[in-house]
Amino acid sequence: MSLIGKGILKGMGVTAKNFFQSYYRKERLPTVEYPEEKATINQFSRNFPFLLYDGDDPVDGMRCTACTLCERACPPQCIYIIKDKDENGKAILSPRIFDIDTSVCMSCQLCVEVCPYEAIRMDSAFELSNENRFEGLLLNREELLKPNAYYHEIHPLEARETDDRMAAKAALAEAKKKARQKRARLAAKNKPPPGLKKTPPTRKKPPQREKSE
Amino acid sequence: MSPVQTMPPRSYHIGKDDLGADILEVAMGPHHPSTHGVFRMDLKLDGETVVDLKPVFGYLHRNHEKIAEDITYPMSMPFTDRLDYLCGMTNNWAYALSAEKLIEIKVPERAEYIRVIVAELTRLVNHCLLIGFFVNDLGALGTPLLYALREREKILDLFEVLSGARMMVNYIRFGGVRCDPPDGWLKECQRIVDAFPAFLDEYETLLTENEIIIARAQNVGVVTREEAINFSLTGPMLRASGVNYDIRKVDRYGIYDRFDFKVPIGGHGDCYDRFMVRMLEMRQSVKILKQAIRDLPEGEIMGKAPKIFRPAPGEAYGRIEAPKGELGFYLISDGTPIPYRFKVRPPSFVNLTALRHMCLGHKVADAVIILGSIDIVLGEVDR
Ligand code: SF4
Ligand code: SF4
Repeated sequence: MSLIGKGILKGMGVTAKNFFQSYYRKERLPTVEYPEEKATINQFSRNFPFLLYDGDDPVDGMRCTACTLCERACPPQCIYIIKDKDENGKAILSPRIFDIDTSVCMSCQLCVEVCPYEAIRMDSAFELSNENRFEGLLLNREELLKPNAYYHEIHPLEARETDDRMAAKAALAEAKKKARQKRARLAAKNKPPPGLKKTPPTRKKPPQREKSE
Repeated sequence: MSPVQTMPPRSYHIGKDDLGADILEVAMGPHHPSTHGVFRMDLKLDGETVVDLKPVFGYLHRNHEKIAEDITYPMSMPFTDRLDYLCGMTNNWAYALSAEKLIEIKVPERAEYIRVIVAELTRLVNHCLLIGFFVNDLGALGTPLLYALREREKILDLFEVLSGARMMVNYIRFGGVRCDPPDGWLKECQRIVDAFPAFLDEYETLLTENEIIIARAQNVGVVTREEAINFSLTGPMLRASGVNYDIRKVDRYGIYDRFDFKVPIGGHGDCYDRFMVRMLEMRQSVKILKQAIRDLPEGEIMGKAPKIFRPAPGEAYGRIEAPKGELGFYLISDGTPIPYRFKVRPPSFVNLTALRHMCLGHKVADAVIILGSIDIVLGEVDR
């Protein structure tokens, strides 16, 4: 240390460099002045969950089947589901009440991971402040339901993957259904006339023969 | 005998001094800008000199361990993000490691590499912040801290693309990681890692030769080699005192045996050494990152983890070298899907035990930077 203050001067040089470059180099001034200007949110970011529906009517197109898997997997237990019932008191596969308390939700995404029907996804909206801290942050079914188009808008990549997966699943289910119908039709066609109904026992003969031999 | 008793407080005694002035008791905190959270130091001062110190914490106690004993194993994962909220990724990894020991899940190669990448990025994030706040405590208000935050921001953006969140990542799962990095992520990561040494050079020019920092930090808060071991310090605190102990080298958990890196060691155990060790560690992290990004293989990212996590009765302790020191999770299973005992060994909490010893005989202003050099996060101290 030959000259006292040399280190400080060097440091000042760095500060000056940063200061002047901040006028013309983007990486020296990465901040934006919120709220006048908003930084873009990337499509992978997550905040609070919402429910998806297909088609135009939120309640009819609701994907959720009230299986309560997400309710059980939620670490702070902020999801509340009550299953719907029809007039005869029989349970139908959709929730009558689906509440998420976003003041408790910890944005962990575990509910999304367990849902087998791709019905719940993470939103990326962030300006959610509310005057009413109890009811205002407790989102009910109607507030949570958002169309698939909205999902495509905020998470395009993920939404496309989800759609592909659902299409594949639907195709598989369709193929299975068709196979089942075909089998049923074949069975109906090959159904022997009532008189010849004794055929099955003849098939069972080999073991008997083995036994006798 | 405990180490504190064997070393009498350096010639200071509590009572009236020569001029008859009283010892002054000061409660520094819990709301004090230098305490990095809600933490209180009960100081006994003789003039400006610290003659006794009692750390008081628990203001941020959130019952993490007890909550974890009430919910299933995978449900605890997001809670671990909130322990040391600056280093979500390493917390996740430590917990996943102990759970994987409990049920013996094999982690695929690619997932191991991704884990190393995110863990080393976390180390950069943590050390950037720590050094920024350390010089902030020294009185360099703002400027160096904001340069550090600017670099940290880039890495947090990477985390956001990867996991969806900047700090509460919840990314690592038992047996792998949650999702594959999206297209272009690795390239971006490579770019940031390549540009990082330039920032470190700039930062070192800014700080390491600064006479004020040298005058304030050298020979302050000395912990000798023996004392460091007796206090069971870990991480950069321990290495600054000259003990060559890095769990990445000792345990070689994950795939750390494949990387070529050095462990920086300090010689004096003072605040300046702790600052420099972290500076040098960042360079080693960059080295590891470059190798990991280069070697990242293709393949699966999730091992064969059971759908319902129900370990056989037994216990497991998984530990990693978190940026702050040894972070361990101790799990006892009784055969149900809910842990019987869930214990966290937080590095900040254990390192904090040396605070009194380091501060005795120094000035109040030094107590602030000694606390800053320990690198505590109250979310982890109080759990
Ligand atoms: S994101 Fe996590 S905390 Fe929030 S509702 Fe889903 S499971 Fe619960
Ligand atoms: S959102 Fe999914 S997991 Fe939750 S109840 Fe509906 S279908 Fe089940």
